[in-house]
Amino acid sequence: MPWTTIEVEKQDKFVIMDDSQNGRMLSYKDALYEAMDQSLERDPRVFVMGEGVDDPGGVFGTTKGLHEKYGRERIFDTPIAENALTGIAAGAAMAGLRPVFVHSRMDFLLLSFDQLVNHAAKWSYMTGGKVSVPMVVRTVSARGWGSGAQHSQCLQGMLMNVPGLKIAAPATPYDAKGLLISSIIDNNPVLFVEHRWLYKTVGNVPDTLYSIPFGKGVVRRAGKDVTIVAVSYMLVEALKAAEKLQAQNISAEVIDLRTIKPIDEDIILESLAKTGKLIITDTGWKTGGVAAEIAALVAEKAVHMLKKPVVRVCCPDIPTPAGDLQEKAFYPDFETICTKAVELMK
Amino acid sequence: MENEKLIELYKTMQTIRSVERKIEEEYKNDEMKTPIHLSIGQEAIAAGVCIHLRNEDYLFGTHRSHAQYIAKGGDIRKMIAELYLRKTGCTSGRGGSMHLMAPDRGIFGSTAIVGGSLPLGTGTALASKIQKNDRVTAVFFGDGAADEGTFHESLNFASLKKLPVIYVCENNFYAINSHQKERQSGDNIYKIAQGYGIPSYQIDGNDVLKVYEYAEKAVEQCRRGEGPVLLECVSYRWKGHIGTVDDLGVGFRPQEEYDYWISKCPIKWYKEYLKSRNILNDALEKSIHKEIDKLVKDAFEFAINSPKPQPEELLDFVYAD
Ligand SMILES: Cc1ncc(C[n+]2csc(CCOP(=O)(O)OP(=O)(O)O)c2C)c(N)n1
Repeated sequence: MPWTTIEVEKQDKFVIMDDSQNGRMLSYKDALYEAMDQSLERDPRVFVMGEGVDDPGGVFGTTKGLHEKYGRERIFDTPIAENALTGIAAGAAMAGLRPVFVHSRMDFLLLSFDQLVNHAAKWSYMTGGKVSVPMVVRTVSARGWGSGAQHSQCLQGMLMNVPGLKIAAPATPYDAKGLLISSIIDNNPVLFVEHRWLYKTVGNVPDTLYSIPFGKGVVRRAGKDVTIVAVSYMLVEALKAAEKLQAQNISAEVIDLRTIKPIDEDIILESLAKTGKLIITDTGWKTGGVAAEIAALVAEKAVHMLKKPVVRVCCPDIPTPAGDLQEKAFYPDFETICTKAVELMK
Repeated sequence: MENEKLIELYKTMQTIRSVERKIEEEYKNDEMKTPIHLSIGQEAIAAGVCIHLRNEDYLFGTHRSHAQYIAKGGDIRKMIAELYLRKTGCTSGRGGSMHLMAPDRGIFGSTAIVGGSLPLGTGTALASKIQKNDRVTAVFFGDGAADEGTFHESLNFASLKKLPVIYVCENNFYAINSHQKERQSGDNIYKIAQGYGIPSYQIDGNDVLKVYEYAEKAVEQCRRGEGPVLLECVSYRWKGHIGTVDDLGVGFRPQEEYDYWISKCPIKWYKEYLKSRNILNDALEKSIHKEIDKLVKDAFEFAINSPKPQPEELLDFVYAD
């Protein structure tokens, strides 16, 4: 089996329903495809570039065949030159287009930091709002099968540190579609964080064009004992954990942030006011990451609500090991969350 | 060239091929839990270059570095153990298939980031110059890496500082499934290097004698302190980008192209050449193959019977002591 699918195929088909009235079920991957397709259809300014976007695989199916439908002017493969291409996308955005630049792995994004951080993200501010950069950078994180330290990174935490950049991290198919559409219509550079292990997740997705606002999280499961704030794929683990905790009479409230820049502060604080206990779980590293930022936010604004110290369930500060036993130990999962929740309830 | 050297080239190529064929065969059992990138078809490049390198010379590789590792004298047991992600592997099960290394053989590592090794190898060459030793660095990279900024930035610097580094481009036309034509405005990577004032040559990477000849001159030039050289070795990978697939068929690559390159097998051609000149005979061929088969069998047995790194050891190596 190909390496990129091997661990994903082993995942159960996880179903996450949203409150949409539409009953049609779609996978996360197909929801992304549909958002791309409909955005291209709707707005001729939208174009898609990236390594292998016109490949027979089409970035795990999310861009498959789009070049046949919209032409190679709008959907094109690129040289392996991430930094320049980021700047090229930014330039095209300044000139009025709406580029979507795709990285099949988040690790490759690191090569484009100069253009993304120094240029795209700051341009609106530096030009006194005279030039905007409406571009989307889609990146896919992955894990498993000996990917090792350079093919598994979840770097969204690092990028929260950049003013001018918005960051979406959808976990459900409904959000994947809606937030990708929002990202494309947004007038700012948006980093769109995907996770390969979510691609098989299934949920209800309307067939219409719809958008989801930035900075609005959702309560995925209501509870009263402990708050679990989850980012990206960790929502799946958090929901599994909540289910298991229920059996032990612990009622967990699970919050899906959906976007991590801006962050929905209110939804976290409201839940904390009820539970007084907080677990934050992110796919990235613990130190200086998304969870660290949320913990700081709580320390700043709601330390009086905390009945117990904040718990962060993230990757330990170790580059990803390739060996399978170590890889399993490296990544936290629903068991880790459960253990921490039980400890908090003592 | 002495017969001994000619036979050594054959042995190296054949070893690379045999090891990779065995990896290909075993991979389906899912016990090597790491991506693999085979370089079947490209054996002549690593063999022809590395034969000129001394143990202490530096080498940097790519995600596709089995051939380079073997040709530079990397321990095959440790390589296979790494593919099985064992403690006895060349990176103790931490790096996996894309990070083969053997510092005791000058193999300072390989990277999963396209173009990532170009600056690193330029750096070891800088060190050789500052330390006034005559070590040479060979940096292997694919045609895809010539797309990256690191390629251009490194070449400029190496030329500017006259560094002892040989840039070896294994041009197999493809970057995953993207043909060179879709990524580069020209098809002459060596000409880009010439623009930086670097002596550069495009050669038939399936002709091990050509590679040998050009690499020999390049190494001598570097040792004399005359600055970098680039060799663009044109070849073809028989297997798909990753795993054991072929990537033939609609949208991938044409059957005719594939068939043409299979017919240009670097080993088949070379074997015929050696036989026609009576350097290799059936008996010698048989004994070489026997030796290689033993080596391969032993390496796989060693790997499979080695322990895996444990969760308790997760923190090892994060920082050097
Ligand atoms: C910086 C970066 N961008 C993209 C990739 C994804 N990627 C892995 S291998 C590869 C193609 C490399 O082609 P080439 O350098 O010609 O080497 P080959 O695989 O043909 O030996 C790409 C694009 C990567 N690993 N690193």
